[in-house]
This record gives sequence, C-alpha cells and structure tokens, in this order.
Amino acid sequence: MITRSLRLGALALTATLALAGCAGTASPAPAAESASFASSDVWVKAADGGMSAGFGEFTNTGDSDLTVVSATSPATSSMQLHETVQNESGQMVMREVEGGFVIPAHGSLELTPGGSHLMFMDVTAPLRAGDETTITLTFSDQSSVEITAPIKAFAGANENYDGGSGDMDMGK
Amino acid sequence: MRGSGDAVRGATRRAFLLGGAVAGVGAVAAVGIDAAMAAQAPDATASVPLNGDVIVPFYGVHQAGIDTDAQAHVSLVALDLLPDVDRDGVRRLLRTLTDDAARLTRGEGALADTEPELATAPARLTVTFAFGPGLVSRTGAEAPTWLRPLPAFSVDRLRPEYGDGDLLLQIAADDPVTVAHATRMLLKDARAFATSRWVQQGFRRAHGSERPGTTMRNLFGQVDGTANPVPGTTAFDEVVWARDGWLAGGTGMVVRRIAMDLDKWDHLDRPGRDQAVGRSQATGAPLTGTDEFDEPDFAATDAIGFPVIPEFSHLRRSRPDDPAQRIFRRGYNYDQTPPAGEVSDAGLLFVSFQADIDRQFVPIQRRLDELDLLNEWTTPIGSAVFAVPPGCQEGGYIGEGILS
Repeated sequence: MITRSLRLGALALTATLALAGCAGTASPAPAAESASFASSDVWVKAADGGMSAGFGEFTNTGDSDLTVVSATSPATSSMQLHETVQNESGQMVMREVEGGFVIPAHGSLELTPGGSHLMFMDVTAPLRAGDETTITLTFSDQSSVEITAPIKAFAGANENYDGGSGDMDMGK
Repeated sequence: MRGSGDAVRGATRRAFLLGGAVAGVGAVAAVGIDAAMAAQAPDATASVPLNGDVIVPFYGVHQAGIDTDAQAHVSLVALDLLPDVDRDGVRRLLRTLTDDAARLTRGEGALADTEPELATAPARLTVTFAFGPGLVSRTGAEAPTWLRPLPAFSVDRLRPEYGDGDLLLQIAADDPVTVAHATRMLLKDARAFATSRWVQQGFRRAHGSERPGTTMRNLFGQVDGTANPVPGTTAFDEVVWARDGWLAGGTGMVVRRIAMDLDKWDHLDRPGRDQAVGRSQATGAPLTGTDEFDEPDFAATDAIGFPVIPEFSHLRRSRPDDPAQRIFRRGYNYDQTPPAGEVSDAGLLFVSFQADIDRQFVPIQRRLDELDLLNEWTTPIGSAVFAVPPGCQEGGYIGEGILS
C-alpha cells in the first residue's frame, strides 16, 4: 500500500534525523522541522512535458508551525509552491505563495486540484502514470524530507497560472 | 472462506452509544432500554450494522471475488492493451489499479478520486483481476496451455463484441452505485494503457432479499448452480486453485454470455421444463428426489422403463463421470433494454472458475454441445478465457508474480 509506505518512510527519516541530532551535540538541539512532518496520499499528475502538479496531505505533529519554503523533484527543472486565489477580475488563478506553505502546529495542509499544490514548472522527463517520482521539501530551518509519490493520470488541475503562460499540459 | 472474514467497519454510532449506556447504568436499565428499543422499531433497526459498511479484505493468498459469496451486482470489464504498452507498462497499470482496488474495497476514495464520496459504502466490493492471453504475452511470461479461446462449439453464435480481451476486471458489490464508481475510477486509471473492449453487467437478488447461500435462480426460473463446491472446503480448493508457477493460488476463468430465449421458453409447460433440466423448477430437486441437494439417481426408470432423469436433460449431460471435471460457477443474470418491438434481451453471464480449463470445463461443454435439450432455448453469444493471478499482500500488487 502506498500510503503506509510513505508514512513509514517519513518515520524512518525522522528517526535518522533525531539520531544525528543526539550525536552531534551535548546540549539538546531543537528538533528539526522535518522531524514533526508527515505526509499521506501524495500523488503527481502525469505529464509528458510542460507543467504538472503534486497534491496530498501534509501533517504537522509538532507544537509549533512548520513552514515549507521550497520543493524540488528530479522530474522538473524548477518547482514552485502555489496557492489558488481570486484575482482582481474574479477569476480563480494560481500563483506562488509568499513565505511558503505553513502547516499549523498539530494541524495539516491539504494540497488539492483547484487549491494549493506543488507546481512542476517544467517537466524534464515524462511523468508516466503508474511510475513514481520523488519530491524533496525544505523547511525554514533548512531541514528537509524526501517523499515518494505515485504518478496518476488526471483530467483536472488545469488552473490558470497568473505568473506564467497559460494552462498546464494535460499529459496522459 | 472469505465470507466469514468480512468485517463490519466499527460499530454504528447508535450501537456504541447504547452500549455505553448499558455499561453505565447496569443490567436493570439495560432491560428497560431493550424494551424501549423494541417499542420503537425504527430506532431498533438503526442499530443493525449497515451492509454498505461491510468490507471484504482485498489482500490475501487468493484474490477476493471468487470464494466471496456472490454480491448482488457485477460489472465485467474487458480491456485491450494499447499497442505501445510493454512489460513495464503492464507493471505500471497493475500497480495503479491494485492501489485503486485496495482503497476502494475498504471504503476509501482512490488516490486522485474526484468523487470519493461515492466510495464510502463498499457494500462487500471486490475487484478481481484476470489476464487474457494478450496481457501474458506482453509480459513475456509462459501462459498456461488452456489460456486460449475455447474450442468452437456447434451451439455457439459468438459475437466479437462479447469476446476475449487482454485484461478483465470483475467489479462486484451489493450496491450498484459502488460498482459504478469503482468501475469508473479503475477505467480512468486504465485509460493511458488500454481501451475498453466490452462491458457486461449482471445482477442477482438484492442483498437481504434471500438467505445468504441460497442457490441463485436464472431468468428461466431454474435453480442454477446446485452442484457447486462450497468455498472453504477441500473440494472447492481442489476444483478452483491452481498450484503451479505464477498462477499458484490463482485460477482459470471462463466468461460466456448465454442468451436465453424467454419468449420461446414461455411455450414450454412445467413438465417439459422439468424434463429439459432434469430438475424440478419449483424446488431445484432432481426428478428422482425431493430436496435441491438430493443426489440424482440416474438409474431410476419410470413405469414404462424410461429414465426418470432423461438422457437429453441438462443435469445428466452436465454431470461428469470423472470427478476431476468439476467447476465452480459464479454467474449473474442479465436483462437489458430489448431492441425496439421485442420484449426482452435477457440471459446468463456464465462465469466459472477452475484450475485447468481444458481438463475441467471443456469436457463438460463438449457434452452439452453434443446433446442438451436446454440448447433449444439458450445460445452462447460471447466467450472469453482468462487466467486469474493469485492475490497479493499489502505493499505488493496483483500480477507481481508474472512480472518479477
């Protein structure tokens, strides 16, 4: 099952980071942001090239807010953190979120088609349905996590991009 | 057997609250609550677990949907792989569809499901994957010798639009909305790899209309499937499960669309119907017995010396002398919109599972082809053969054995 393995992956990563923290210093270091992060049901829309997007649920198990400041994937030359908002003419458009994605303490953030999402700006190798890709999230303290996400064919997620050149590539 | 492994998702809220009340105030109060519940019929029934909540486990040694008590509704979908889908494409397709099936059968939306609200009542949903010769050859794996179209039978009037296929999905649940949603979700995810070749839908009695385990009746009114081995028994295991190679724990599947001429059947009176089948339409009992499950006495003769169970009857012709020639039937009725001016377009979606189709199914069908009075009213119009791979465990996917 994909969800379970993602969660286990996140836990394993957490354990590694925690150990590194203990070994690195005598005084208790503040926990890395990545240590209180978990993700589930992350997936990426299939695309042969052009733009695509990633979705899923991010959870914060810690006592303070988490901020995802950037994301990368080997499948795209650049990735942006997008939100979907109404522009001056009343249209729903997506744009880069200022200051990154904030996941509230003991809360979660849902990335959905038509809402916030991880924007693959320029797909460099085809994202083929049924394959997996990886997404690395970096938090404000520069700690990071790697997520493995399955790729799914999806007809939606064709929002207008306010800062770019129009519709996302439909892919297959 | 799978039927007994079905799980109801939690207690209903009402049952939980009532349970808490009983624990809190003691036995005397509990009697009072029972009486109050009995007096308020709607509330009492509301504490009965919903069939919509019942989950058939997806993961296991065998795929679900074979030894599972047949659900009320089925959609059989045959897909043809696109020309450019290679071995790796088959792997990607099966991994995706396995994840969809695992989620949907436990009452969750699939990943990227745009209507997860329709997935919330699994109602014993099962998704069973079966491979046609085309899929097996794309993987480069060796196919069982029986994985090929059945030999031509003289009674066949096969239509290509109901035949063959590279990948079959048997999607079954007690709720037609659940079947519709699961079918659509799986087909959306198959779209990048395959095209739909045919879809055949079938039904049985609605859930709750009959005692579970009741042998189904076909639309001729006949009790149909009495001789089936019972899931959970050694006999069933021997008939159904293959033991060799990547198919071990899987089985062979025959799907035949059998048109039933209900108008012509109307001309036949009850004694004629019973003679054609060799069983009583009223009870399903062989003409030499009184109970559905009585063993037929083929030697019995009537006053003037004719066999009580006629030589031409379906019962006598289908019953093998060789115990190896047994199959497990899990068919459905179909009843579709008739062509303009006609009264019905009805029949049987014949589905059987057996470890070796050539050894078990073909000899039976040969005998029925040579002589079976029922052939007067029935016509096979579709035929397909598939290999059903074994089940998988969590983290794996259906068909991994053929691709590893």
